[in-house]
Amino acid sequence: MEPLKGLLSTLWKALTDQPDPKAPFLESIPEDYRSLASAVLSVAPILMVFPLLFALTTVLERKGLGRIQNRLGPNRVGPAGFLQFAADGLKTLTKEDVVPRAADRVVHFLAPIALVIPVLLTFAVLPFGRNLAPIDLDAGLLFFFAVSSATELAVFMAGWASRNKYSLLGALRAVAQMVSYEIPLVLAALSVVMITGTLSLSAIAAAQSPTPGSFLAPWYVFTPWGLMGFLLFMIAACAEANRSPFDLPEGESEIIAGYYLEYSGFKFALFFLGEYLGLFASSGLAITLFLGGWNAPFAFMQGWLPSWVWFFAKLATLIAVFIWIRGTLPRVRMDQLMGLAWKFMIPMTLLTLVAAGLWHRLPSAPLRWVACTALLAGAFLVLGRVLMPRTRHGRRVYRYAD
Amino acid sequence: MEGGFIAMPTDVILWILGGLILISAVMSLALRNLIHCALFLMVCFLGLAGLYLHLNAVFSGLVQALVYVGAVGIILIFAILLTEGGGTETGSHLGSQWRTGIGLAVLLAFALLGAVSNSPQTTQAARHTEEPTVREIGLKLMTDYLLPLQTIGLLLTAAAIGAVVLAMQEPKPRKDETP
Repeated sequence: MEPLKGLLSTLWKALTDQPDPKAPFLESIPEDYRSLASAVLSVAPILMVFPLLFALTTVLERKGLGRIQNRLGPNRVGPAGFLQFAADGLKTLTKEDVVPRAADRVVHFLAPIALVIPVLLTFAVLPFGRNLAPIDLDAGLLFFFAVSSATELAVFMAGWASRNKYSLLGALRAVAQMVSYEIPLVLAALSVVMITGTLSLSAIAAAQSPTPGSFLAPWYVFTPWGLMGFLLFMIAACAEANRSPFDLPEGESEIIAGYYLEYSGFKFALFFLGEYLGLFASSGLAITLFLGGWNAPFAFMQGWLPSWVWFFAKLATLIAVFIWIRGTLPRVRMDQLMGLAWKFMIPMTLLTLVAAGLWHRLPSAPLRWVACTALLAGAFLVLGRVLMPRTRHGRRVYRYAD
Repeated sequence: MEGGFIAMPTDVILWILGGLILISAVMSLALRNLIHCALFLMVCFLGLAGLYLHLNAVFSGLVQALVYVGAVGIILIFAILLTEGGGTETGSHLGSQWRTGIGLAVLLAFALLGAVSNSPQTTQAARHTEEPTVREIGLKLMTDYLLPLQTIGLLLTAAAIGAVVLAMQEPKPRKDETP
């Protein structure tokens, strides 16, 4: 009975923002099992919350896309179609698992697992609330990028092991895209590190808490370099997650489904899960770096709701924006994709770093606002007007295969 | 950080990691398919990263994973695909000079064993030194080791530009073959 009471107390402390929420449960169990129980207490909520969020997001995405395309979307299973994910989940679990005869069976089997594990690991360092960071690592940001770099390998494994030319092409596209956009992603995050002087994500979130007496919280997105960094980070995160308008790796009209073409049943569901969890993780990182983490937008709102509510509200908003973008923007072409990464994103992120440095050095508030805004707006105009038109393409010519 | 975060004897983790590293290293040499070899090499790199993390060298461990698995591994795989195609080789495993190789390996193993067992780090009682944090490493890099860091950066930039220049020298596509 003691452990159950401890667990309930732990849950209550976690939900109401109290410090050290794990303590009541850990004190109620024998000493030998405490470190193991502490790990389970960190891991279990992540494994419960985010896959459920994934399931709900698939339904909401289908409904949202349906509305954008002037149709209804799923509306049969459960109230207003919201139990569609249960039907889909059961379907993928019971479907036949088809492995191509020529496939490399072991690598083919391991690829979805190798994709989901690193993505789940990235959640370990995200601070979901004031006292809700699973691991408060000194080098949390480094951990995030180090772990998420392993997903590229998993994508390659999937494409190569399927022994299918569309899969391999999709995998190569995906890897090239992920490698290219990882640079602006890291550089955009670096501007925040320069200002806060720490790699710990909890410390970065805490640095954006509103000071008592002020009105607006000091989120980094409310500064010129922060706004630019946030936009660049979100574009790069979108490309990292292979989402529309950067979903070339699975371009249905060209390479059918890309690297997971030869996957069916639950392995396919794992790829789907990994992709969405990666999107949630990068959104969570963007929230922590630029959108104030678990902080309220205004100082007077700070105590109104538990801190994790703010985090998940921001996460829901970002997911809605991603769905909106998917419904409105057409897919880019391969050369446009690479041109955007190397000619626009990387120079812009480097200049964002310069602007962050200026912001840190310049003394007076009006001067640094003007200087940073002028630098970034000027760079945006120059890069957009001068560099990009050189890649002008002629009139579209329709050609047919000979 | 005291102990592992799961209550397990520290030796057991060391043995598991060591076994993983050794087996994957041997497999990365012994297998026939080049892609399989590359994937086992990645497992080996990940094991090394785990070993660094286990020894409380957080920075080295994370950079090991980021650079070797994320960057070097991808380059390796691209190189294999662009040149050989990742097919399975036939023929003998052993080159013509395998006897010399084994001899050199044994010599190297003895030299390393001798060096490690005679080093003051192992003969003295294990001193408990504070591990340098990522912050301290960063400060050192930005103050004491700034010049080497900048030089390496310049060198790598030159290498990257050189690679781009080499890759650019391709026959220009004809006008009607616009991409």
